[in-house]
Amino acid sequence: MAVCIAVIAKENYPLYIRSVPTENELKFHYTVHTSLDVVDEKISAMGKALVDQRELYLGLLYPTEDYKVYGYVTNSKVKFVMVVDSSNTALRDNEIRSMFRKLHNSYTDIMCNPFYNPGDRIQSRAFDTMVNSMMMQVC
Amino acid sequence: MEQGPAGGSGSAAAASAAGTGGLLLPLSETEQQRYSELFSRCCPPPEAAAGGSSVGELFRASQLPPDTLHQITEVCGAKRVGYFGPAQFYIALKLIAAAQSGFPVRIESIKNELPLPRFMALKNDTEVRYGTPAEFHGVKFQVPHATLEKNSYKRTDEGDKQEPKSPPMSPICSPPASPSTYQRIPLSYAYGKARSGLEQQHGAPYEVKHSTHQQDGPSSGNYGAKSALTCSTPSRSLSVEREQQDSSTQYSDDPWRITEEQRDYYINQFRSLQPDLNAFISGSVAKNFFTKSKLPIPELSHIWELSDVDCDGALTLPEFCTAFHLVVARKNGYQLPETLPETLLPEYLQAACLKPVRDCVLFDSYSEPLPSAQQARDFGRAEKSSAEEVPDNSALIQDGKKDDKQALKVSTTLKTIPKEFQHLTVKAAAQEPNALRARPRSRSYSSTSIEDAMKKGEEPPTPPPRPQKSHSRASSLDLNKIFQQNTQAVRSGWLPPPPPALPPRPSQTEQPSEVELHPQMNRPPSQAEENSSAKKEVVLAQPPSKPTRRKLRTEAQGLETPELSPNINVTSSLPAVKSHLPVQKQSSKQKRAIQTAIRKNKEANAVLARLNSELQQQLKEVHKERIALETQLEQLRPVTVL
Repeated sequence: MAVCIAVIAKENYPLYIRSVPTENELKFHYTVHTSLDVVDEKISAMGKALVDQRELYLGLLYPTEDYKVYGYVTNSKVKFVMVVDSSNTALRDNEIRSMFRKLHNSYTDIMCNPFYNPGDRIQSRAFDTMVNSMMMQVC
Repeated sequence: MEQGPAGGSGSAAAASAAGTGGLLLPLSETEQQRYSELFSRCCPPPEAAAGGSSVGELFRASQLPPDTLHQITEVCGAKRVGYFGPAQFYIALKLIAAAQSGFPVRIESIKNELPLPRFMALKNDTEVRYGTPAEFHGVKFQVPHATLEKNSYKRTDEGDKQEPKSPPMSPICSPPASPSTYQRIPLSYAYGKARSGLEQQHGAPYEVKHSTHQQDGPSSGNYGAKSALTCSTPSRSLSVEREQQDSSTQYSDDPWRITEEQRDYYINQFRSLQPDLNAFISGSVAKNFFTKSKLPIPELSHIWELSDVDCDGALTLPEFCTAFHLVVARKNGYQLPETLPETLLPEYLQAACLKPVRDCVLFDSYSEPLPSAQQARDFGRAEKSSAEEVPDNSALIQDGKKDDKQALKVSTTLKTIPKEFQHLTVKAAAQEPNALRARPRSRSYSSTSIEDAMKKGEEPPTPPPRPQKSHSRASSLDLNKIFQQNTQAVRSGWLPPPPPALPPRPSQTEQPSEVELHPQMNRPPSQAEENSSAKKEVVLAQPPSKPTRRKLRTEAQGLETPELSPNINVTSSLPAVKSHLPVQKQSSKQKRAIQTAIRKNKEANAVLARLNSELQQQLKEVHKERIALETQLEQLRPVTVL
């Protein structure tokens, strides 16, 4: 489903980034990086309201001709960015939301691990498994 | 005589010669080879010196008496330099060879040609285990559980280090469930050895039962006894264990199954961290505990992931047993599985835990993991709600981590009651009421401070005339007031407010003083403030933090110090007069106490006033400098413009 999934820390450095291997991964890294600006813009736009009222799911950040980029930000300003192939039109908003929810749950599970220091790269096998399940199956 | 350098070992020989102060140590080819091999085993390449524990292990394996070993250590110079460098190591090996051949431990004795030192342990660990008593070279034996853990982990480290020795020991790639794992005898063998390390910690009774567990490894020797044997001695050990195989019944084929002794051990460890077997071990406590095992953090992280099935950041007893078992297995060379094996699932362990009834009545309440967890949570919540304040570090860290966590999971982690926090809870329980009571007090003070400040600004000059009027009255009356306030304070149970709240209070004393001047002002609000000021009076009786309070007053008002106490007396006298307290006899003692307190406050005030003036002077000087610099800047500016 997704072509690239990234977890960005509060300070805007990547904690985890995984893309479909056959593609030029650098392109996705670049896309994720540029999407951070959009994320910040959306956060600040809602910033006037209380954080509680701010919704975690940011929706479509920006579409390009090849793919769409969706964003999700947690209460601790950790961002999840997902790049989805545009040709996959069957992917609805609800599905994206559920994928982000799964990501968020896995992320909190990682946080529970006392051996994980916040700010470290994510090296959890469970998280990898979950992300792999969400990535597009490229033969 | 000296060997020419042949690679590192040769240079090491030369170094050994240098190390002994000119002693030329002849090493034959075989000796060099052996020594370098032993040295590389004891000393991983990046380091320059061999680890003391591994060297000690090696020496013990030579089956020399400990005195001899100590002597050897001294003679070779390791004691002198404090570490086992290549030179010391080689000399030590030579001395061991000499001792085994019957020569005395002297430098001279190693000048001769000697056979290679024999280290029985490297070939046959079980013999060492059963032969030598459990004495650790430099490691204390009778230690509390935590250190015991460390020691056992150290031993297993050495066990792991010996793995690279025999070529057939290939790293385990297949998941442990597969039978092929069992055929790797050397590894399971090392597992047995490492288990022996654990068992030696717990004395003889453990030893007997423990040998049954070694069946896991050696019994698999039945399948492929020939495969990995490079020397005959392992087979000897296997036969020894096969004899005891009769005692082992159920757990003969699964390294991921926890045996009874292991479970007992884990439960004891759990108890050492957390006496209540139904409650959790928090993440930080568990982290510290498992970090002692010296496994790398990513592996520990993975072990945690596997064992904490409900992902709540805390370990219940079965989860803890699982995690511990995984750690032990990993230390013995088993690769960690990707998913938790069946036998290590908490539900399975729960059921297993029910079998040994023993003295743990609590175990009977273990019906299901989740309900018991619920029970534990409620139990924890009810009992130690105050403990939430105590584990500040863990709570803070976990709070940071759990920004995104759901509330339930957050609360459960906070409710864990690690043992080391228990003694803190007692203190916290004592401190907590203070803190809690003090906090609302400080808030109330600070909230009124703004108005006080404003009022202060309005009427600065009024204080001076007041004191002289009422000072005569105050001495008796204020004590009555104090007595009244004393009882009030006792009733409310208020303790001295914390220092941050102090500054507003003097301003509040000022306010009542203003009230005096304007008697038409409302009595109730002034009474409230006077109560607070009188509480300050009460607090005056307890020396420590009082002087700081007065500071603000002096600075703000510029009052002379003798006026302060009359002021206080004034404020308290006002309500005292109005309340018509008849009791004046009891006030005499309090009067004295208050007067001493007043004197102390006066002194403190004087000091602070001096300090204030000094600081003011410094401020003036700094101002002057600033002005000077600004003028310079002004002068320079036209220059730059040009």
